[in-house]
Amino acid sequence: MSYRNDFLKEVEENVEEGEWVKMCMQCGVCAGSCPFGPHWEHSPQKIFMMIRAGERIQVLSSDSMWMCTSCYNCIVRCPRKLPITHIMHGLANYAHRLGLAPKGQPTRVFAKTFWDNLVKTGRVNELKLTLSHYFRDGFIQGIRNALAMKDIGLGMMKARRINPMELFGGHGLQDLEGFHAIVAKAREIEDRKKGLKNG
Amino acid sequence: MASIATNQTILVVGGGISGMTAALEAAECGRQVILVERNTSLGGRTAQLYRYFPKMCHPTCGLEINLRRMKANRNLKVLTLAEIRSVSGKRGDYTVKIRLSPRYVNEKCTACGECARAVETEIPNPHDYGLGKIKAAYLPHAMAYPLRYVIDPSIIATEDGQRAKKACKYDAVDLEMKEELVEMKFGSVIWATGWKPYDASKIQPYGYDRYDNVITSIEFERLADPHGPTGGKLLRPSDGAEAKNIAFIQCAGSRDENHLRHCSRICCMASLKQSQYVSEKGESKSTIYYIDIRAIDRFEDFYRKVQEDPQVSFVKSKVANIQLDEKTGELILKGVDTEGYHRYEARHDLVVLAIGMEPESLGIPLPEDIITDSSGFMEGSKDLGQFGAGAASSPLDVNRSAQSATAAALRAIQSIYRTSSAEGGQ
Repeated sequence: MSYRNDFLKEVEENVEEGEWVKMCMQCGVCAGSCPFGPHWEHSPQKIFMMIRAGERIQVLSSDSMWMCTSCYNCIVRCPRKLPITHIMHGLANYAHRLGLAPKGQPTRVFAKTFWDNLVKTGRVNELKLTLSHYFRDGFIQGIRNALAMKDIGLGMMKARRINPMELFGGHGLQDLEGFHAIVAKAREIEDRKKGLKNG
Repeated sequence: MASIATNQTILVVGGGISGMTAALEAAECGRQVILVERNTSLGGRTAQLYRYFPKMCHPTCGLEINLRRMKANRNLKVLTLAEIRSVSGKRGDYTVKIRLSPRYVNEKCTACGECARAVETEIPNPHDYGLGKIKAAYLPHAMAYPLRYVIDPSIIATEDGQRAKKACKYDAVDLEMKEELVEMKFGSVIWATGWKPYDASKIQPYGYDRYDNVITSIEFERLADPHGPTGGKLLRPSDGAEAKNIAFIQCAGSRDENHLRHCSRICCMASLKQSQYVSEKGESKSTIYYIDIRAIDRFEDFYRKVQEDPQVSFVKSKVANIQLDEKTGELILKGVDTEGYHRYEARHDLVVLAIGMEPESLGIPLPEDIITDSSGFMEGSKDLGQFGAGAASSPLDVNRSAQSATAAALRAIQSIYRTSSAEGGQ
């Protein structure tokens, strides 16, 4: 296999902070400093090397970017000051848009649920978000999850953090149309920045 | 003193290997030279090394040759315990203020050592970076030049001071010596102020400030030296046990935007060299953790030789952090290996940080005219009358420092020649 950097170019053009990938000197401090290090498929160091080696599908379908908790330890320690956390999120976003991100990856599923919930009314509906998360793995598991968390749920209701009436419609923004226009514009600007046509 | 200090005279600041070389080269070309050293003796950091790479010879050899040249040369005058306070003027006509600190021992000293025997107070030995103790009346080191004892200012007003004075048969102890400020004129200035180790405690994950058994490469030189605090035994500081399994961590401070931006150049060779101290002294193992080995120039041979040493192993990884095992005093090095991306937790009983070099002049106000690079290393002055030499100008090993110093001596001579010919001849 020849060394091709087509994928590096693709990343530089399309991924947030992607132009930093070539600066990595493979010292391994990010991988060693990551608190989640042992639990994911590829460390940032390895992801950057794979990008440079042109392993496009393996990189974009990796679960690693989705495991990042944004603790910023890697950014603080990186001797070359690569914005590693941001690159990882940029890669996750790009993989998601291309439909290559791992399907059942829990962080991704939750992020998507959260976004869909938010965009509908312009406000996060905590009750619906929680329920849709609980019942993700089927009805029976959902009941089990809800029972396991019932003390916290009741406590939140008492403290008026959750309103049971939210199940019916729920609160939202007054100018929903305006909100959707803002989101659409933001998407348009982002796509333009990344050189994506017809986002 | 005033008779030789004309505007033809060259000032060399710093009496390490670079300053000695620059001063000698210029003096041997017939120029008048004054060499100013801040410490009690010449030799600088070179005198504190156990051995040099790549030939593994002892610095005493190189220093001895230079000292002989020095003693044989009438054009060169050496001032120790002397520090530059200010430089003003322009090329060919610099006015320099120099502060002379008291040594409390005059030129009658024969280095007999009676004062050291009489004195009871002990101070951290500066020659061993404070790792060992020395009497407060002391000879800086075996190769000290001038070969004269020093009395530490802390005992001057005490009974110990009187004891030292009493013990001296030659009337060499002078407790009344005072600090002096002198002003001299020079035609050109060579800055050979050298380097200092980066403050290792700033590299937080390595715990130099928390763990006794994490030391720097310059401290390791003192441990390996038979004249050092452990008599040449590689003993770990926490409990004095022999270090059997030593880790060397490369780029400790260097090549790091959070610390030093530059590659310090010498540290790879220093660790390769130090791994050989370990192998020569017994069965102990060395492990070198590195990003990439930069055995510059012809030193690749040395690197290959060390690679074949069965007692030395290499791990391509910058160690992410170090933890202490409280029970055993061992250090646990954590990181990910770049060759295969394996996660490791390696135990070692002594960790040596191959510490980066920064200019010794950092934090000291330099003449306005001096140009420095982004790391503070000196190029020289804009008026082309002052020059950086040796490790003051760039991170250099002993060999390259001597080359750089010779070049600086030539530039200083040219500068004086150019200035005086512009004035219509000497």
